[in-house]
Amino acid sequence: MRKCYFDYVATNPLHPQVFEAMLPYFKEEFGNPLSLYEAGMKARNAIENARAQTAALVNSKPSEIIFTCSGAEANNFALRGIALAKQNEGKHVIVSRMEHHSILNSARFLEKSGFAVTYLPADKHGVVEPEAVKKAMTKDTVLISVIHASSEVGTIEPIKEITKIAREHKVIVHTDAVASAGNIPIDVKAGGVDLLSMAAHQFYGPKGAGALYVREGLRIVPLIYGGIQESGRRAGTENVPAIVGMGKAAELAKLEMKERGEHVKKLRDRLISGVLSVENVYLTGHPSDRLPGHASFTVEYIEGESMLLLLASKGMYVASGSACSSKALKASPVLLSMGVPASLAQGSIVFTLGKENTGEDIDYLLAEFPPIIKRLREISPFAKGWDEKEQGNKCYTTSSEQQTE
Amino acid sequence: MTLKFVERIKADVTTDIVYMMCPMHLLKLEEKMKELDRGQILEILTDYDGALEDIPGWCEKTGNEFLGIEETEDFYKFYIKKVR
Repeated sequence: MRKCYFDYVATNPLHPQVFEAMLPYFKEEFGNPLSLYEAGMKARNAIENARAQTAALVNSKPSEIIFTCSGAEANNFALRGIALAKQNEGKHVIVSRMEHHSILNSARFLEKSGFAVTYLPADKHGVVEPEAVKKAMTKDTVLISVIHASSEVGTIEPIKEITKIAREHKVIVHTDAVASAGNIPIDVKAGGVDLLSMAAHQFYGPKGAGALYVREGLRIVPLIYGGIQESGRRAGTENVPAIVGMGKAAELAKLEMKERGEHVKKLRDRLISGVLSVENVYLTGHPSDRLPGHASFTVEYIEGESMLLLLASKGMYVASGSACSSKALKASPVLLSMGVPASLAQGSIVFTLGKENTGEDIDYLLAEFPPIIKRLREISPFAKGWDEKEQGNKCYTTSSEQQTE
Repeated sequence: MTLKFVERIKADVTTDIVYMMCPMHLLKLEEKMKELDRGQILEILTDYDGALEDIPGWCEKTGNEFLGIEETEDFYKFYIKKVR
């Protein structure tokens, strides 16, 4: 049976060159980077090389990159670290409802710690309006965190505009670029953000490696105390192979970004137009301002998990929303925040593509997916008589609208 | 050791390690002092209380001059003159 991996937003396979770069640090180069003798120096140099490579991916200075163990850690660190560092200036934080749980739950933690948090809604395409950010700001606002691109619906947010508004009010901006870093160009200097999170396994690097960009001169309270690693800002003996892998993956992503992006975008566009030709299937997220390899839909009358399992039985691996929502069998809070009705949000399905996907993969998907939808609708208790679907206030794009945008 | 309080000292180099814990104050102190010429003044911004004892102690041990501290609402400013 053909195997097609369409879940690159969950994780990417390791790039062979990344694996090769990591190998020595599992074996002969096992030194602790803090050791003063040769083995330690070699490990230290490898980390600093990876820091420069990772910095180059987002156009920052190497000293502005703090390695973490994941994107989620980077998000926790940014939100809690800045809120605590700034609490004497104000105790109001703004986050969007498009955020990953590592931001939303950190925001909830801050609420319990005495901060006020505003959760900004998004429009029907998942766009956080800069004007809404402006309206939410108070004299006590110290931090705004808006995702760079949504892993669930692929929408790329207007971070530059949001940052411009924040600058006028001297408010710090963090963006979670876990789904976008390494996949689309990012320039922290041009974009003006103060903090940015990334994760290596989203651009063919290893799991267990992430980074937080912190603009030079910005104070941040550490999340983890201990040793002097990462200039005292993130303690713990470094995962040297993973960090080396992140650096190499960043270098390759920068080199191959254009080519990779064009490849997946072409496949994605075919996938979207093919899937939207099925009746009562809607694209979620922005029709054009979206990640190049991202195609997300809601399918009426059936559940995402059923589609996911039947696709898996045909050798196609996809997601039905965020990993957390899938496991909890909950309607995606992101889709709900975009105004997608709860019943429709249950039918969420997300295809994310990578450099290994081919045109044949898309042919296979487009041949197998419509019959799966048909079969599930035949046994769905909702398929017949569920005519009350709202026609006004649609929060999704139909195939005809998609073609005209 | 009695701490000396100073005001409006003009430093040649400033290092900001507010929110960084032990031993960052000593590591940064050593690192930055190496970059200074004799007679130049280093300013260290830190909220780590242990520095109140450690930084004057380091100066005494290394023969550099501890000029004093200035307190702000959130952190201390330490002033060290490079002598050797």
